[in-house]
Amino acid sequence: MLLARLTQANGAPGQENEVRDLIRAEVEAHAHVVKTDALGNLLAIKNPDAPGPKVMLAAHMDEVALMIVGIDGDGYLKFRPIGGVDPRVLVAKTVVVGSKKTPGVIGSKPIHLQRPEERENAFTVRELLIDIGAKSKEEAEKLVQLGEIAYFTTEYEEVANGKVKAKALDDRVGCALAIRLLQEEVSFPLIAAFTVQEEVGLRGAGVAAYQVEPDLALILEGTTASDVPGTDEHRQATALGQGPAITVMDRTVITNPELVQELFALAAEKGIKVQVRRSTAGGTDAGRIQLSGTGVKVATIAVPCRYIHSPASIMCKDDFEGAYQLVKHYLARLEERAGLS
Amino acid sequence: MKAIIEQLTQAFGPSGYETEVTALIREMIKDQADEIRTDVLGNLIAVKNGSPDGKKIMFAAHTDEIGIVITYIDDKGFLRFSNVGGVGIATLVGSRVRFANGTIGVIYQEGKTQWKELTLDKLYIDIGATSREEALQKVRVGEFGIFHRDFADLGGRLVSKAMDDRIGCAVLVEALKRISNPKNTLYFVFTTQEEVGLRGARTAAFGIEPDLGVALDVTLTGDTPEAFPKAVELGKGAAIKVKDSSLIAHPRVKDLMVELCETKGIPYQMEVLARGGTDAGAIHVSKEGVPSGTISIPSRYVHSPSEMVDLGDVQACVDLVLAIAQADLEGVI
Repeated sequence: MLLARLTQANGAPGQENEVRDLIRAEVEAHAHVVKTDALGNLLAIKNPDAPGPKVMLAAHMDEVALMIVGIDGDGYLKFRPIGGVDPRVLVAKTVVVGSKKTPGVIGSKPIHLQRPEERENAFTVRELLIDIGAKSKEEAEKLVQLGEIAYFTTEYEEVANGKVKAKALDDRVGCALAIRLLQEEVSFPLIAAFTVQEEVGLRGAGVAAYQVEPDLALILEGTTASDVPGTDEHRQATALGQGPAITVMDRTVITNPELVQELFALAAEKGIKVQVRRSTAGGTDAGRIQLSGTGVKVATIAVPCRYIHSPASIMCKDDFEGAYQLVKHYLARLEERAGLS
Repeated sequence: MKAIIEQLTQAFGPSGYETEVTALIREMIKDQADEIRTDVLGNLIAVKNGSPDGKKIMFAAHTDEIGIVITYIDDKGFLRFSNVGGVGIATLVGSRVRFANGTIGVIYQEGKTQWKELTLDKLYIDIGATSREEALQKVRVGEFGIFHRDFADLGGRLVSKAMDDRIGCAVLVEALKRISNPKNTLYFVFTTQEEVGLRGARTAAFGIEPDLGVALDVTLTGDTPEAFPKAVELGKGAAIKVKDSSLIAHPRVKDLMVELCETKGIPYQMEVLARGGTDAGAIHVSKEGVPSGTISIPSRYVHSPSEMVDLGDVQACVDLVLAIAQADLEGVI
């Protein structure tokens, strides 16, 4: 299954090769041009020379991960997060490190050895280490190089109630959607941009948009769902099972009002459940794409994911399917309009 | 000019939803400009052609104002919200908001919350609805609102919501009315989404490719009781920006402004702003770079619903815009 393969591929910011190779193989049959740019963005272009509107679908390939920054005398690895990771979710998780895919466990001082004040506070990243079983620095150095990446090892699995458990749903859900949507029959230029380095500051997307010069861009994302016990309803950004979330505003973008209205109207017309993203925190590639050149109309459509930016997230397959249906119908609507003009 | 300022400040235009303001400005200037257009981000661009030996100047004033966006509506019809742009929490409790359709709401704090613990998510908006269903008749989640507050003419000084930056818009509208046969070709750009990160100015500048960029925006003053020390006062003239967190004014642009004020007898003061930025921050790094500066309109109580300006300062800013429009920029930029 595509989403299973995508989430189990590894791709830290700046090291998206494995994900890119997988996606390239999937899109080659459906695009007229497939190319990788200087930053590593993969652009799959359908109908490059057709008349507009030029429509861009964007999804980022990178995921949050851990970089090895030191090896101590006893062979333990020190690390730092790349992208936003709450250190409290890391303790005792299994990882795989570097090009040799060395297995390891994120270790910490056991509770019976912690001082009382240490028990009161969560571990910081500096207090955690990765244990690969090595007993000396020399032994560890044979397995792992500084600067290599540790990835979470969570397997993709379907869980109860039509839900899915996986790592890196942010943003392999977007990648999976863009791959499927590129298969739609359209006559206008359709560009799926699989971007790099979103998690460290939306770095690939601006460069991609500058080349594409789209008239309109839909950013396909995984976003935070906070419908968990103990959270006031008014603090929940999104909830699972209520359909894809459409952004009106976040830290990086105010989406195009007409485009957002059109998406809501289309969802109502086609009976697709959608929700407004009820938070203005966070950011996506939309922020960079909107401000490219003389400006681009953008909207962000996201699949809600619980426990995002952690070793394992949970999403609802119906929300994923809803996002697919919504964009598919929107592309069909653009196709109708192109035919009329 | 007071009537223009009142109309502009009272219009509805939170970031991203500035069309009421841009439509109003378009109506005000439609007979004065040689060309008027809008771009994808909603920037309103009015062009006044100059002589062939002139340069291309982009003047920018932003049309958007700070506001709120609804994030949740509860069973009883109370709204929860998030900020749009830099909103000071001390200005909120007991103040009112207005939505595009005219719906008014009161902001208040959760009953058990102490002042010191006040954060945005402890506040709510009451629009007088008795249920979620009734509230949904008037507003919806994702809808943007502004802080509702009247315009007041205090004589030499004026106070209103959204002086930031409708007063800059008013300066450009007035300048455009008074100008004829400018030496330089002038792009009067009424920008969008400044309060959320100088966004409209960035795409406008990319399209215009100006030789010189000048933002018109408000700045803070240091002339109120126990104020943070700052050498800008209300009533002391146009403030010529030296730097803020978005821009170090191009030295020759800044010097040109000083020289024009000196020779034309326009009252001015120099301004260094520790924190904050203007559209010039986005313009000066567009493409291969644009020499840029900012003319600041001194304002008290910036980002509150009662922003105060001095009419004499506003006139000085208009005069400086007119002087730049006619200046010989050969050798300056």
